Amino acid sequence: MGKTLAEKVWDEHVVRSAEGEPDLLFIDLHLIHEVTSPQAFEGLRLAGRAVRRPDLTLATEDHNVPTLDIDKPIADPVSRTQVETLRKNAEEFGVRLHPLGDVEQGIVHVVGPQLGLTQPGMTIVCGDSHTSTHGAFGAIAFGIGTSEVEHVLATQTLMQARPRTMAVTVKGSLPEGVTAKDLVLTLIAHTGTGGGQGYIVEYRGPAIEELSMEARMTICNMSIEWGAKAGLIAPDQTTFDYIQGRPEAPEGDQWDAAVAHWKTLVTDEDATFDKEIVLDASEMTPFVTWGTNPGQGVPLGASVPAPSDFADEGDRVAAEKALEYMGLEAGTPMRDIEVDTVFVGSCTNGRIEDLRAAAEVIKGHKVADDTRLLVVPGSVRVRLQAEEEGLDVVFKEAGGEWRGAGCSMCLGMNPDQLQPGERSASTSNRNFEGRQGKGGRTHLVSPLVAAATAVTGRLASPADLPAVGAASQA
Amino acid sequence: MEKITTHTGTALPLRRTNVDTDQIIPAVYLKRVTRTGFEDGLFGAWRNDPGFILNKPEYAGVSILVAGPDFGTGSSREHAVWALMDYGFKVVLSSRFADIFRGNSGKAGLLAAEVEQDVVEKLWVMVEADPSTPVTVDLEAREVRAGDVVAPFRIDDYTRWRLLEGLDDIGITLSHDDDIAAYEATRPSWKPATL
Repeated sequence: MGKTLAEKVWDEHVVRSAEGEPDLLFIDLHLIHEVTSPQAFEGLRLAGRAVRRPDLTLATEDHNVPTLDIDKPIADPVSRTQVETLRKNAEEFGVRLHPLGDVEQGIVHVVGPQLGLTQPGMTIVCGDSHTSTHGAFGAIAFGIGTSEVEHVLATQTLMQARPRTMAVTVKGSLPEGVTAKDLVLTLIAHTGTGGGQGYIVEYRGPAIEELSMEARMTICNMSIEWGAKAGLIAPDQTTFDYIQGRPEAPEGDQWDAAVAHWKTLVTDEDATFDKEIVLDASEMTPFVTWGTNPGQGVPLGASVPAPSDFADEGDRVAAEKALEYMGLEAGTPMRDIEVDTVFVGSCTNGRIEDLRAAAEVIKGHKVADDTRLLVVPGSVRVRLQAEEEGLDVVFKEAGGEWRGAGCSMCLGMNPDQLQPGERSASTSNRNFEGRQGKGGRTHLVSPLVAAATAVTGRLASPADLPAVGAASQA
Repeated sequence: MEKITTHTGTALPLRRTNVDTDQIIPAVYLKRVTRTGFEDGLFGAWRNDPGFILNKPEYAGVSILVAGPDFGTGSSREHAVWALMDYGFKVVLSSRFADIFRGNSGKAGLLAAEVEQDVVEKLWVMVEADPSTPVTVDLEAREVRAGDVVAPFRIDDYTRWRLLEGLDDIGITLSHDDDIAAYEATRPSWKPATL
């Protein structure tokens, strides 16, 4: 019987396999950042161990770095200590680091693909759950805890029980104005936050094949939001074209050998998945969340649901708590919800295509009074590219703030936070209570919805905006 | 790592589903570079509410958390496990754990024991009625016992063995160093390197 893509990649990385034990998997790339690594390096030091493969390890500063005044020392002493600890550890253990101020600095999941380090058929881990992003290239990529970070540093391997496999087949094509973000939010509302538990998921079908690499990354990024171990997409010409010519991509004969292998990384026709979900992209619309987990979402054209709409008692209680936290009344049209802050950025939607899409919507409009627009590029390279294209000017002329690169308000570890009770429309990945700042209320949206929302001050899609000429006459 | 065989203690009934790791420990508490001291951040936002169950004096000294399904979803932060352990929890019981949280628990020495939801419900009722009810989690027998409840729990064989023996994963893996070196010798030359 044939193998699925995930099984092929898995099998290529098994160092050791024994009855009753998890497989020992070799790790091709270990990404590191300041928040989940200090205790791992400390563990190595205490045990007198070295980093086995510094040449397969890359560190960047992203989670708590400021996006303003980045040429000055970090004001928050605790964040500064964490960043300085990473610098010290990288130096001591010989790990390549892209620190704040470096042209390759940025969110770890934006930096890896951008450098060409993320390639098909690899195993990639990082002490960050959104490592699933790299699955867009046909890699098995997943988040790990700090004990596992230490394990990978010391051994370049991980012990992992073999997950089950699932196919998410997306038929049709996404309609105009509906994005990869809407697709994945629709999927998560369908499965719930635990629906992918224990599975490596392969996203496939015509709607997935049509997506750009960056859109594929948005989908795979949010695999963890429905509990999947990892999410991946078979590499194809789109993938190869994206990688070719990047700084760490293979060249010449090496490139040919790599592509020849990558082309074998597809699910065999006679392979079977343990589970399959089928969705139709052509029926999808802009999708937004109303609650406090990414599964609590509805189409933008719908209304806030009532707890009584849910059959399951746990879901009902969760909905009640979510509505209370979010300060929302059941039955309110989503389009009537006013937001204070719009955040465009994160490892989900902080890439150049996301910024282009948001800029195109906002061009010629103004950010609504009493609404704040914060645009945070995913990496310094994304920022520079956007500036070359004049996107920064578009955002600034509209009244938005243009910032340095990092995770920023996605998780509010740096000064970019919501105030208690403040409401955001955010292109990030989690609407958990307090995620973007204590008491903050988050609605997850696509970059298109984010930009339109910034203009109207209420959740909106680009179709809700007046034509630019009309707006300037009003 | 400390060995776990059987643990008996009092339990905290947490009637919540989807307790994500941002709730277990908000990001602002993640900035320490040490391995201990995370107990202050445990359920950081919820503890501001005097009515939150962990603030109630009758639940002082609890060491077993009984939570709703999908416990530990979201961020990979192992700090969530450390915060629970630093506070004094030895065991979490739930009908469904997020994969990363379950993995982190096994590595750090917190027993994440999966029980049926009806067992969770029975334990909630029991320890709400009498917070001093002793609950026993027997890893050798894979069994939870409290009052008239005797129920099995699920944990994978390998994690159970490691917890029973108190074994360090890295030490086990390094004993297979020859296998790793042999694998490394077979890697294709076009695989990328960072240095």
